Amino acid sequence: MFAFIVSRILQALPVLLSVALISFAMFAYVGDPVAIMLGQDYTQAQRDALVAELGLDRPFWVQFATFIGNAAQGEFGLSYRLSRPVADLIAERAPATLELAFTAAVLALLVGVPMGVYTGLYRNSWLSRFFLTFSLIGVSLPTFLIGILLILVFAVWLGWLPSFGRGDTVRLGAWTTGFLTVSGLKALVLPAITLGLFQLTLIMRLVRAEMLEVLRADYIKFARARGLPNRAVHFGHALKNTLVPVITIVGLQLGAIIAFAIVTETVFQWPGMGLLFIQSVGAADIPVMSAYLLLISLVFVTINLIVDLLYYAVDPRLRIGRGKGGH
Amino acid sequence: MSNAAPLLEVRNLRVEFPTRRGTLVALDDVSFSIAPGEVLGVVGESGAGKSMTGAAIIGLLEPPGRIARGEILLNGKRIDNLRYEQMRRIRGKEIGAIFQDPLTTLNPLYTVGQQLTETMTTHLPINPAEARRRAIEWLELVGIPAAAQRIDSYPHEFSGGMRQRVVIALALCAEPRLIVADEPTTALDVSIQAQVIALLKTLAREKGTAMMLVTHDMGVIAETADRVAVMYAGRIAEIGPVREVVKHANHPYSAGLMASIPPLDRRVERLAQIDGAMPRLSAIPRGCAYNPRCPKVFSRCADERPDLMDAGTTRAACWLYASEVPHG
Ligand SMILES: Nc1ncnc2c1ncn2[C@@H]1O[C@H](COP(=O)(O)OP(=O)(O)OP(=O)(O)O)[C@@H](O)[C@H]1O
Ligand code: SF4
Ligand SMILES: [Mg+2]
Repeated sequence: MFAFIVSRILQALPVLLSVALISFAMFAYVGDPVAIMLGQDYTQAQRDALVAELGLDRPFWVQFATFIGNAAQGEFGLSYRLSRPVADLIAERAPATLELAFTAAVLALLVGVPMGVYTGLYRNSWLSRFFLTFSLIGVSLPTFLIGILLILVFAVWLGWLPSFGRGDTVRLGAWTTGFLTVSGLKALVLPAITLGLFQLTLIMRLVRAEMLEVLRADYIKFARARGLPNRAVHFGHALKNTLVPVITIVGLQLGAIIAFAIVTETVFQWPGMGLLFIQSVGAADIPVMSAYLLLISLVFVTINLIVDLLYYAVDPRLRIGRGKGGH
Repeated sequence: MSNAAPLLEVRNLRVEFPTRRGTLVALDDVSFSIAPGEVLGVVGESGAGKSMTGAAIIGLLEPPGRIARGEILLNGKRIDNLRYEQMRRIRGKEIGAIFQDPLTTLNPLYTVGQQLTETMTTHLPINPAEARRRAIEWLELVGIPAAAQRIDSYPHEFSGGMRQRVVIALALCAEPRLIVADEPTTALDVSIQAQVIALLKTLAREKGTAMMLVTHDMGVIAETADRVAVMYAGRIAEIGPVREVVKHANHPYSAGLMASIPPLDRRVERLAQIDGAMPRLSAIPRGCAYNPRCPKVFSRCADERPDLMDAGTTRAACWLYASEVPHG
């Protein structure tokens, strides 16, 4: 088990290193950071001093090694745009994005899985047909359009929910949370639906397809032939066998939710990392962009590891050697 | 044996599959009975309707397949028209089932112990601890070595033969009076087929369990069955005591089928084959379904469909045994 985790982490290292290389190359060669930081007028002496201070006069590999070393300590230098440490900026913005992504993912799972099971079991009922039609909308409408439509209906017309921002937040140490205030929770609703809708419909369709497949399996027929109650057959034997592919997709989608919160955060002016990233792109704020890229790749790698561990927990056939049985 | 009150009675069973291009009749006018403790062998070419008969009995016909006519009685009570929940209580408890491929019939994500105990606690008034104790007993009974340790193993940790033993334990563990075994050894290695059949036969005999045993293996039939039903194109062609049907078949199809079987005691160079193939469901000929292939075909065979009739030692669906002269 431990060896398994270690080997997975080792496999993930090359991925992280290549992303680091890309973000570093961006950092070092895209645009002219010195010019950006110095503004319009500067002397050659000022420029040389800054180049030396930033270490830009050293060889490529030395710079890269320094970059990695710093990144490993959470040190990404100063934002060109805001002249503040990138690490601080990201730490401030991360809770907003993570809370939004978490809410969207929970929503997608809690609604998507039962809908998938239902439509798989009762594929000809009118409710199933309705869910499927509805899911087509979720899959085909672009995120920003869904966001704008929701704002139009629930914020502009009905006035029930706020159209932008995070509402009031509460500080808990280094973390700021919107979960603890009414306005924070209200502010979460529309962005979370916008961000989660695509994943929700994807999960529903996936669970449905897997259920249909699994329900045809011999072991389901045999479970019925043994007279097990429907509940045990459907939610035990069948659902459990749909889990492996569902876990894969859900894991990947969770990464995607965090990574692509950018659009939702822009539509709702949600003060998260995605919005920070978009603002940084506008200002060619390379340190923030490269740090964000690295962070997102780290998120994906971590989720992949968790997905692998879940496989291991769900499917005994993947376990190396024997389970708790005998020989 | 057949004069005891029957455990299972199938009367004029007809199973249809409505399709876009008309209704397919998968089973028609199938009637037979099984006495308590009796083993009925069911043979016939692929597609004859053997599995379909078993599925109808356990109430698990695949939709849109449905029983269109006839009835199925267990202990004199109709079970073909029960609601799903009522029939569910009968499956596993009164009628056990064994499927063909043990590699796919066990749920890969549950230990064999979990599958055994859930079956027993569903049907028997026992608690999980008692069920687990009995599960170990059942594994021992079906010949799984070190059962007390192996109970927590997953299906993939067993060989095919061992898995079919587990399936047998699962079919028997709620002590049903009847087992429907659909080609229980076809998927197994030839070297272990005999062991598994012997186990099934011994257990059925010890527990007094009746069995409907579908198989292509005539050797198994000769050794295990009390009576045999020969099926052809969704009907029973002949049914009777095993010795008679195997050695002195009355129906031309059974006779052909038996002739195509290698004798147990010697190897033969070439097996006799019945010419032609069984018709598809959508193209069953008028009259006797076997008439295009039958060596003894005569005028009446092409017009009228024969029902089972007395053929002396057995009952056969063949005009050769008609006692009365055709009218008209
Ligand atoms: N879902 C279905 N729809 C239509 N016809 C079907 C369906 N399932 C089976 N059949 C047909 O019913 C007939 C009987 O099939 P069955 O499986 O009972 O044959 P069998 O005697 O068990 O053959 P085998 O020896 O190959 O197992 C076959 O002609 C088959 O094509
Ligand atoms: S009824 Fe006629 S065709 Fe059919 S088996 Fe008998 S002899 Fe052959
Ligand atoms: Mg079959």
